[in-house]
Amino acid sequence: MKLLKLVPDDTNIKFLKWRVPFFAVSVLLIAASWALVLTKGLNYGVDFAGGLEVRATFTQSEQAPVGELREKVATLGYGDPVVQRFGEDNQVSIRVRLPDEVSADKDAAQAAANQIVDRLKTDYSDFRLDGNDNVSGKVSGEFRNDAVFALVAAMLAVALYIWIRFEWQFGVGGLFALFHDVSLTLGMFALFQMEFSLQIIAAILAIIGYSLNDTIVVYDRIRENLKKFRKMPLPELLDLSVNETLARTVMTSLTLLVALIPLLLFGPASLFGLTAGITLGIFVGTYSSIYMAAPLLVWMGVTSDSFVPTESAADRQEKVARGEA
Amino acid sequence: MLDFPTWKKAWLWLITGLACLAALPSLLSMTNVSWPEALPDPMVNLGLDLAGGSHILLEADSRQVAAQRLDNMEENVRGLMRNAEPRIRIGDVSTRGGRLSFILDDPTEIDRAREIMLPSMSGTGLVREWNLAVEDGNRVILTPTQEGIDTAVADAMESAVEVVRKRIDELGTREPTIIRQGDTRIVVQVPGLQDPDALKALLGETAQLEFKLVDQSALPSDVAQGLAPPGSEIFPYAETSDYAGSSLAVRRLGGIRGDNLTGAQQSFDPQTNEPVVNIQFDTDGGRRFAKLTTDNVGKPFAIILDGKVLSAPNINEPIRGGTAQISGGFTVENANRLAISLRSGALPVDLAVIEERTVGPDLGADSIKKGLAAMALGSLLVVLLMIVSYGRFGIYATIALVINVLMILGIMAGLGTTLTLPGIAGFVLTIGAAVDANVLINERIREERKRGRRVVAAVENGYKEASRAIYDANITNFIAGVLLFLFGSGPVRGFAVVLVIGLFTSVFTAVTMTRMWVAGWLRKARPNDINL
Repeated sequence: MKLLKLVPDDTNIKFLKWRVPFFAVSVLLIAASWALVLTKGLNYGVDFAGGLEVRATFTQSEQAPVGELREKVATLGYGDPVVQRFGEDNQVSIRVRLPDEVSADKDAAQAAANQIVDRLKTDYSDFRLDGNDNVSGKVSGEFRNDAVFALVAAMLAVALYIWIRFEWQFGVGGLFALFHDVSLTLGMFALFQMEFSLQIIAAILAIIGYSLNDTIVVYDRIRENLKKFRKMPLPELLDLSVNETLARTVMTSLTLLVALIPLLLFGPASLFGLTAGITLGIFVGTYSSIYMAAPLLVWMGVTSDSFVPTESAADRQEKVARGEA
Repeated sequence: MLDFPTWKKAWLWLITGLACLAALPSLLSMTNVSWPEALPDPMVNLGLDLAGGSHILLEADSRQVAAQRLDNMEENVRGLMRNAEPRIRIGDVSTRGGRLSFILDDPTEIDRAREIMLPSMSGTGLVREWNLAVEDGNRVILTPTQEGIDTAVADAMESAVEVVRKRIDELGTREPTIIRQGDTRIVVQVPGLQDPDALKALLGETAQLEFKLVDQSALPSDVAQGLAPPGSEIFPYAETSDYAGSSLAVRRLGGIRGDNLTGAQQSFDPQTNEPVVNIQFDTDGGRRFAKLTTDNVGKPFAIILDGKVLSAPNINEPIRGGTAQISGGFTVENANRLAISLRSGALPVDLAVIEERTVGPDLGADSIKKGLAAMALGSLLVVLLMIVSYGRFGIYATIALVINVLMILGIMAGLGTTLTLPGIAGFVLTIGAAVDANVLINERIREERKRGRRVVAAVENGYKEASRAIYDANITNFIAGVLLFLFGSGPVRGFAVVLVIGLFTSVFTAVTMTRMWVAGWLRKARPNDINL
């Protein structure tokens, strides 16, 4: 049986040749992402904004009356609700951001929830309550703090790990690649105003894990080649390393994508944000490993001597045993 | 690298077998086949987002506990001074600023007062609960220590959990989870609940019942403005009461609390046919209630529930039977609820619902169906891709993948963790990512072959060289996963659980197990070339 090879043998793509323009574009994209986050803002769900979210199905209807719902809930006096289709055509999510004084008072927040649901139950005979989330401002504030802390801590911790396992330049390169991935993901969520919830934090942490996975594979090969080809110029060596690992990079990205895309297309609506975030992250993360993590090594002056002191006695012995030294 | 002695193989298969076996009850529960009852049946719990149900986070106000404690201390000190032989006269009692201060009419009594109060300063343990200071020779100041307040809050939370448990049991729901979280929070999870509103109403009711004497000296015009005479305080009437909207002045001290009840039932008033709640005091409570009513015949007293006056009837005659009837414009429904709350005891502190998530059972079932279908399709595509790309090595990777999924499920069941909807996404991600180890290894073997190494050496080197990156990548993923678990909440944690368990199992199956199979095949077939 002839096996499938997605990447031909012995590719020699000059990735590093275009490192300056690509890097410039990446930095621009990071800046644009943050500009979007700061100007358009993230569309926080109840997890982070606090308030009330009601999910419902109109069991006898083809289409949920989205526009009508928006007007109806608005007349209840809790500001403009966000009404979105959620899953099937006849399913909606209604989000109300309760005023601070209402969400601070447990009775009032409860009353608001009951009032909205009761109103819709009486107005629509086929209204089925699928669930509701009610998050007070205090808890949502804690979620925000925890989320920021978790993201920053994860990025620093893994960068530190890479620094310990490789060299400081690799740690900085990896951290920068992660910053790129997280920024672009946030930027996408700001651009498309997709709901930003706790699940998206989970997605970003998964991205941090898997983007780094890619970076490590490339770095590991770079380290190996640095020891092997002591005289090769660094850009050439990086190109070689990226090319050598290209088949693996493409294959792994592909297996992740084919696993995730069915979930994205046919999975439950409440997983859409999470899955979309990770899927996006696979592209961004793969790109950043090649165009952010690797070129940074050139600029930070990694040389073929970087790993000489770290060559352990065991490695040495092995080489002697194999007759290479 | 490729040397697998029999004991090692047996060991690997034993671990695999055990983990997969633990997954069996969970898998069978999806079918009609029943698991023999005699055997242990570790099960993966379904999260509320899959099983349907309510998650409620309650928070207690610790300041309230402190305030309550201060009031108790005031009453205690007044009693001690009054009952001292001879009586010690005190004045200018204040509880402002979270501390109790008062003046001794006769400064020379200071040592005697100190001696009397000393036993109340330390609690049951060795902890000093109050600090006593004397200012200007005659002002005594009692300040609660932080340890004392912490102990009081911890005690209050402990009994609050008990009260919450009793109340939920009264609703007859199955398998509620009630756990303390942090210093002042309680998480309540009730699967498959039909009426979350009833639960919330029940938990939101502190059910602190108080009987206090009405201050008849208060001027109605002052009361309306919220001005209480010294020694009195103002309470509003409950919304259900006939006097809703107005307030009442009652004496701050000298009342009794309805903590000592042995029973409470919803009933009807024989005269008016209005829904009421009948309560029975225990011996101690009955005695105190009898004393209160005997000493104050002809005067009105207020029945106060959670800071709102239900009614303020006149005491026509001493009530000595240890029972009382509470009316307050109830409906049958809220009288019933009050009866449940009183039966299960008052909450020692107000609990506020600060987070609530409810998922209907239909939606949960729908999510499982869609999630599993998507997972099946995704797995199929991954497997196809692996087999088409790596042939025999792809088949090994596939078997490893199946074992991996079973092992994750088995370990989750064994640890009693919860599978949530994001957890299903975690499975899908793990399936896509677990084969990365095989991809790394197989691509490396290809490379080694291209460089002209012989089959065994190429395979050996492939596993060896790829392992470094595999371990590093898994460790960084582990770091991210653990942080997600620590700082994530609820369903998101379920995602982290699957991810982290999946990291361990995938290294085990995708690296160790496949190496064992590949080694076995190489040993037996001794191929000169491999199709990779």
